[in-house]
Order: sequence, then structure tokens, then C-alpha cells
Amino acid sequence: METYKLTVNGQTKQVTADPGTPLLWVLREELKMTGTKYGCGISACGACTVHLGGMATRSCVVPVSLVGNRPIVTIEAMAADPVGRVVQDAWVTQDVVQCGYCQSGQIMSAVALLKYNRKPTDKDIEESMGGNLCRCGTYVRIREAIKVASQQLK
Amino acid sequence: MTAIHSANTVSLSRRSFLRVSTNAAAGLLVSLYLDFPLFAQEGAKPPAKVYPPDAFVHIKPDGKILITVNRLEFGQGVQTSLPMVLADELDADWSQVIADLAPAADVYKDPVFGIQMVGGSGSIAHSFQQYRELGARVRAMLVAAAADQWKVAPDQCHTEASVVHGPGGKSATYAQLAEAAAKQPVPAKVQLKDPSQFRFIGKKVRRLDSRPKCDGSQKFGLDLDLPGMKIAVVAHPPVFGARIKSVDDKSARELPGVDVFEIQLVKGTGVAVVADKFWTAKQARDRLKIDWDLASVDHADSSRLLTQYKDLARTTGNIATSRGDQKALDAIPDANRIVAEYEFPYLAHTPMEPLNTTIRFDGDRAEAWVPSQFQTMDQIAIAQVLGLKPDQVTFHTEYAGGGFGRRAVIDSHVQREAAAIAKRLRGTPVKLVWTREDDVQGGYYRPMFVHRVEIGIGQDGMPVAWRHVIVGQSLVAGTPFAPMMIKNGVDATAVEGAADAPYSIANFQVTAHHPTPNVPVLWWRSVGHTHTAFVMETLMDELAARANADPIAYRRKLLKPDAAKARRALDLMDEKSASWRNSLPKGHAFGVACHECFGTAVACAADVSIEDQRPRIHRVTVAVDPGLAVNPLTIEAQFQAGVAFGLTQLVPRGAITLKDGRVEQRNFDGYAPPYIADSPVAVDVHIVPSTEAPTGCGEPPVPVISPAVVNALAKLTGKHYRTLPLVAL
Repeated sequence: METYKLTVNGQTKQVTADPGTPLLWVLREELKMTGTKYGCGISACGACTVHLGGMATRSCVVPVSLVGNRPIVTIEAMAADPVGRVVQDAWVTQDVVQCGYCQSGQIMSAVALLKYNRKPTDKDIEESMGGNLCRCGTYVRIREAIKVASQQLK
Repeated sequence: MTAIHSANTVSLSRRSFLRVSTNAAAGLLVSLYLDFPLFAQEGAKPPAKVYPPDAFVHIKPDGKILITVNRLEFGQGVQTSLPMVLADELDADWSQVIADLAPAADVYKDPVFGIQMVGGSGSIAHSFQQYRELGARVRAMLVAAAADQWKVAPDQCHTEASVVHGPGGKSATYAQLAEAAAKQPVPAKVQLKDPSQFRFIGKKVRRLDSRPKCDGSQKFGLDLDLPGMKIAVVAHPPVFGARIKSVDDKSARELPGVDVFEIQLVKGTGVAVVADKFWTAKQARDRLKIDWDLASVDHADSSRLLTQYKDLARTTGNIATSRGDQKALDAIPDANRIVAEYEFPYLAHTPMEPLNTTIRFDGDRAEAWVPSQFQTMDQIAIAQVLGLKPDQVTFHTEYAGGGFGRRAVIDSHVQREAAAIAKRLRGTPVKLVWTREDDVQGGYYRPMFVHRVEIGIGQDGMPVAWRHVIVGQSLVAGTPFAPMMIKNGVDATAVEGAADAPYSIANFQVTAHHPTPNVPVLWWRSVGHTHTAFVMETLMDELAARANADPIAYRRKLLKPDAAKARRALDLMDEKSASWRNSLPKGHAFGVACHECFGTAVACAADVSIEDQRPRIHRVTVAVDPGLAVNPLTIEAQFQAGVAFGLTQLVPRGAITLKDGRVEQRNFDGYAPPYIADSPVAVDVHIVPSTEAPTGCGEPPVPVISPAVVNALAKLTGKHYRTLPLVAL
């Protein structure tokens, strides 16, 4: 067991965990932040997506020991993020969610996309969202919501 | 077909009554108890009832109206649409309506199925009338309370947006009237609205659960956290049903706080690993060295099964349906025949939220938190393992991250595992987590199927003889559901969509074989229609092509005169897709399919090209006849997304295969459902206007898309695609 100082949503958190523990489980079980979801554990579904050092990252395959001083941003911070809030609102107005389990990860990937590319094409969307699985299959409305958010962000 | 009659008057039947309890602080509570025992025979004595203090409607002092939903919400939107139905008859202020999921209790059983469950696309179909009547009764009681206070006749009052208005400008809010209303007698007869008076039903209403599902605050079963809670994972046998010979757990126990013990599974045995945290439990499980007795269980093998199934498909099975003369086919020359053999693999459901169940066992009681589609069965199973009666198990329905049938398992195997662990941990809550690997490899798949169809074509290009053999496991053989669902040795879920196909074919026979390999199987969203619609609708296109006919016109000609819903869906799809079908870019083709299931008819057209050796689906037009559309927005969303789910059958890694008893896929790397690029870029959904009784929309989106896409591919490549998944084009 080791002790780590993490910057999560702008706050410093101290956790004690085995160095190999994935960031996902540190967030969910040590910090009780369950908005970030477990879907596969092998970086194949995107449900666990967070922003690590500003990059959309699958937290299920990042050992806590490798996080270092990179800031961690999770779905819980999106309502206070200017792009995050617009994306969340677009998700609500477009009635995107169904079961909703993957949507934290979808929104984190969409926000990362829109932070760097305010006018994504369909192909851009498919590339950035390509690893986020939605078993309900809400992809059509995800596309629409990203375009609505893109319009609003200008 | 039941029409929604205007000014519908309903009365309480002998078997249903309302119980009202009053609580000044809490406001009005109303429960409707419906007693339809599981598969009841008319005249059978109903079982003794338990009346929990649960309620459907709770008018709170602050004006909020909490409506309890007797279903699992797992994407289908019922947590919004059933409250809409009740709130409409109640004349509630929609902005004040909130909804919650019911715990397990008799009162929340499906009025038709007689158990508490979600399945068969029955939530709206079965509870529409129930929730209308509930709303109307509560409204009548509120009006009666106001009329008493104002000393006027109830018919001098009217209601709007949670307010009763009376003569002379009098008014009172529902919250103000709730306590007095609770003391009113429950009306035996109640007037339902004329559909023209609906305020919410039929309108596009946004989901109530969007915001918490967008900001991370929605708690799913897997997110549950209780004081002192332990996490458990189980090492399952690598071949279904195998038992443990010996376990070396020394290394596992070196991890902090780990306990290891053997448990009985529904079939075979497993090793439970319990720790304070998931990651510790999983690491400990990885360290176990287990010697399994693999010799005493059957080792299913996909390629061997395929050979066996293909042989069986050449022989007549048990008769599902047979009309006309079965020798008619033999008189038709080979040149006018199609012989087609189809292969479908096992499919896993893989809902996004891995399976889980949390239980605390306190000796004489237990409490369970389960994302469950089958509350009644799961509660009974937990009680059995713990030596309790079902009503000693408080059962919370947790929000589920998808399900698609995977959380409606007749043997409740996940809950039994969790209960076995909780029994050992007495007094300590424990959450059993199935990892994704457990889920992908753990069985309970859509069965593997082989179809063999021989068709004789008449002079007019229409089929005159149809001989169809279906080979695949029964979903219900050996279960309590068998007497109801297996007739003449045929499991209805294996032949639905073929045996009852809506096409007029004079000499028509569907038979079935149900082999019994050692692989647990389960209903998978839209059940038998997943494969039967694919066979029927690809063959329809093949027949139309041979007849040089337009595939839509061909189907229209062949549909039975009474297939009114399918015809309406087909016509609407034709109309709405005509302009783009007639102006496709070079390299694109359209494919169509039409299918009715769970009372809902669907037709779809897909615009497809080939990119990187895969189908690229540019656009899909869907037309649906679901009777009265309760929430057209939910229906649109269900169909847009449900067609993507349906593509699970086509994506190249959409198959579960077994080699010498072991499942070859482990996770989303080997078994990969559709991602965004595999799915249609756009889906437009059109609803046939209807005042017929509403039918379900959860499953009907699934069957049509795969045949529609393959029919388009066939035009592009000239090939027939009869083996799924589509590994190569």
C-alpha cells in the first residue's frame, strides 16, 4: 500500500491504495465518486472515461501510481465546466439517455472533443466517440446532441 | 384488438380493490391491489395476499406528486411514460411529478403476467389501463373532497394542473386536499378521459431521468455503498456446471482482509472471494489455483453443434404450425425452388452495467438491492437460499444499466450466488459483482440456431409451399414456464415470427427441434424474432428479386388481408423513404424489412454502402404501428437506438463460440457489440396514427434492421448472407 496525492476536480485528495489499483476503482471506492463507471476493465467500452491532464482517458487501465501530478477531472465536475454544462444540457434537451450507464463516459469523451474541436464533422465524432460503447445504442442522439452543443459553443 | 373507447367507464373487478391509507404528514397514499396469480386458471383460488404499505401515488404537502412505477427502468423510458399515463387522468401538474421504482411486492405484479417483471414489451401494454384507472380514481377522490368542503356537487368541479376548481371561483390544490381525499371512499366506477382530452398521453415528453444520468448522480445497483459493505467476486467453472476438486487459496489470502470459500451454484460449484474493495477481491480471485472436475460435465462445442444442428434441420421436427398440403412442395421442380440454410451464433446480452446484487442477511430477515427485471422470481430465490419466506426479504429495485433480458433469469443464478455469500457473512452487507469476463463467459445466451427453409415458387413468382425447420435450444424446457410456453414439444420462443408470419402462403409448415447442449440460454431482446425475422425477411427479398418485383410491393401483395398493422407500417415506410430510395448515390443500395412482434408492427428501409469491407449505414427510415403512441419521443428514441442494438447480430465480432466446453470470448475485445461507427448515421422514425390499445416498443426495434441491411448488401454484392455474424462481405 502506498499513499498518493491526487488532484480531482480541482481538489487535493489523499488516498492509500495498492500501486496497481486502477484510477477507476480509486475514484469509485476510495473517493466514493461513482459517476465514473466500470464496464469492462480493459479500455474497450469507455464507460470509465475521465480527463487526465486534459486528455480523455480510460481510468480502468491507469494504475493510480502512474497518475502523478496530472489533474483528474470527472463527470461530477462537468456541471461547473463551461463546455461540460453545454454538453450536459444538449444531452437533456435531445433526450439522449436511455439506461444512462455509459453516458458519463460518453459526455466526458464529447467534452474532450469539443474542447479541441468546436465544429466536429460526423467523421470527427466517430473518431472521438468511437471507443465509447452504448449497449442501448443511443448513438444517433449522441451525434445530434454533440452537434447541438457545437452550435451553442460557437 | 381493443380500441380506446371514448368516455370509457371502468369498474373495479371482483379481484381488484383499492386500499387507502392516510397519513396527515405524508399526504395521500393510494394502492391498487390486483390479484392475477401466476398463470391463473379461471376459478382457481387466489393465494393469500400480503398488503404492504407501498403506494402508486403520493401527493406530498409541497405539491410534489410521487408516482411509483411497477417496473424496472433500464433504458426503455417507462419511468417517464407510466407516470405520464397516471398524471394525465389525475390532471396533475407535470412539472411537479417525480417517479420512483417499486420494491418487490404483490401490488406491483404485472397485471397480465402475474409476477413482477419487465419483459415481453409489456410495461405499457399491460399497465396502461391500470395507471389510467389509478389516476382517475385519485382525481375523483380529490374532487369529492373539494365538493364536500364547498358543499357542491362533484360535477360542478373541474381539475387542471393539480388544482380542483369549483363554482364561484373556488379552488384548492391537490396538496391541500390530499388529507381529506384520503378519507373519501374509493370510487367503484370511474370515468376515464376521452382521448381528445389527453394532456400528456400522445405528446412528446422528455424523460424524467435525464439530468441525474448526465451528471453522474444517478445511482445504479453497482454504485450502491452501505456501511461496512464487503465486495464479493466468484470464480465460476470454466465449463458450465463443473465442480471444484480442490482450491489452493494461500496466495489469495495473503491480500488484506480476504476471505475465500466454496459455494453451491445453480449448476456446479464456485469459489467466492470476499474483500473490502472490488480490486482486492478481483486480485485475490486471480491468485486462486483451482482444480476443476471437468470430466463429469458435457463439453459443448460450437462447430460440433453446428454439424449436429444442420443434420437435424434436414429432418422434420415437432410441428409448430402446418397448413395446406405438405406434399405440394415435392411437386414443384427444382428450378422453382429455393433451399436456404441459415446459421446464427450464441449471443451475449452484455448490458453496460455488469451484473450485481447486494444482500444483507440478518437471520430472520434480509434486505436485497437488485437491478432486476424479475423481482418476484429473484426475491423467491434469495429467500430460498436464506431459508426465509419471500416477504422476509425486503427487495429494492435498483436502476439498471441495461438488461435486454439478462436481468430476467428464471433460475436467478446471480441472486442465488449473492444469497449464498450473504448467508455466510450474516449481518454484513455484501455486493456480488460479476466482472465483464464473468458476464461474457457466464452463459445465459441467445441460443445458437440453424434454420433450413425449402420454398416452392408458383408461376406468378409468389411462394406456394414453405417447409421450414428451426433447430435450437428451448429457453424454458425444465422450468416453471414450460407448461405455458412449450406446446407439442415446440418452444414458442424459438418459432415466433416464423410460425405466425403474416404472409399468405397456402402450404406452410414450421417445425422445430430443441437439442440440449450444456449451455445456459436466455431470452435476448426480441427473443425468437432475432433470428426468425432475419430468415423471413431476407427470403422475402430473395423471392422478390427472383420475381423481378419491387421488394415493398412484393411484401404488400403477400401480406395476409388481416395483417393490418404490418400493412400500415409498410405503407408509411414506403411513403417516408420514397424520396431518398429513389435518389441514392452511386455505390449505395437500400434494403427493406417488415416484421410484427409483441403486437407492434415495424417496417424499415436502410441506405447502405460498403466502406472498408463493412456495411456503412447512412440512413434508416423506420415506420411503426404501436397502437396509441403514449410518448412519441420515447418511441422515436427506442427505435433509433434499438436498431443499433439489433446490429449486434451483424458486427464481425458479434458471436459467442465454444471450443471444447469453454467460451472463446472474454470481454469486449473478443465479443464486440456495435459502436458508433457500426451504427446508422441517422434514423428517422414515423409513427402510424392510431387509437388502438398501446403495444410495446422495447423489443420491436431489434428484428428488422439486420435483414434490411443484408438485403441492401445483397444488392451491392449479389451474394446471399445466411451465416451470422457477417465476418466477411
